[in-house]
Amino acid sequence: MIVGRVVANVVSTEKHRHYVGHKLLMVQPLDAYGQPKGRALLAVDGVQAGIGDRVLVVDEGGSARSVIGDEGAVTIRTAICGIIDRIDIEEQHE
Amino acid sequence: MKLGKIVGRVVSTKKLPCYDGLTLLLVQPLDQYKKEAGPVLVAFDTVKAGEGDLVFFESGKEAAQANPNGWFNPGDAAIIGIVDAVNAEEAP
Repeated sequence: MIVGRVVANVVSTEKHRHYVGHKLLMVQPLDAYGQPKGRALLAVDGVQAGIGDRVLVVDEGGSARSVIGDEGAVTIRTAICGIIDRIDIEEQHE
Repeated sequence: MKLGKIVGRVVSTKKLPCYDGLTLLLVQPLDQYKKEAGPVLVAFDTVKAGEGDLVFFESGKEAAQANPNGWFNPGDAAIIGIVDAVNAEEAP
């Protein structure tokens, strides 16, 4: 799973039938200390997340389909599966 | 999935039969501020997108599954939707 922050809400009308009825959010992956790392990706929302939330993202088809509860939606690969309250981690040493 | 913009079209006559009737488009991946993010790639279209359109595309096995000619076909990027709006936080 990826830790990320929701940075945008994406609106689409014309889309593949598997995506109909699902909210799309753009997530910026973060490192363990909360710094942006890598390129932003889009994910189907499974937990009613919103812009600014720190979230958990699965980037694997079977898991994503199970998050949204539609095993037939075989073209969906990325989904938000949790909202993070807190991460406890050791202090960063240079 | 990633956000992208259609920047061109690829025309190919001699290709695998599984691509028959599909449009191959050049996609420039973008970040949330619609700035370029990574190299341009070729994706097949499932939503009748055209040049200049803002789209989202899927990659990997799930993209191949979107091929209307059948799911057990090669393909690693598919255009899945046309984007109407991106409501992002303000750029830093």
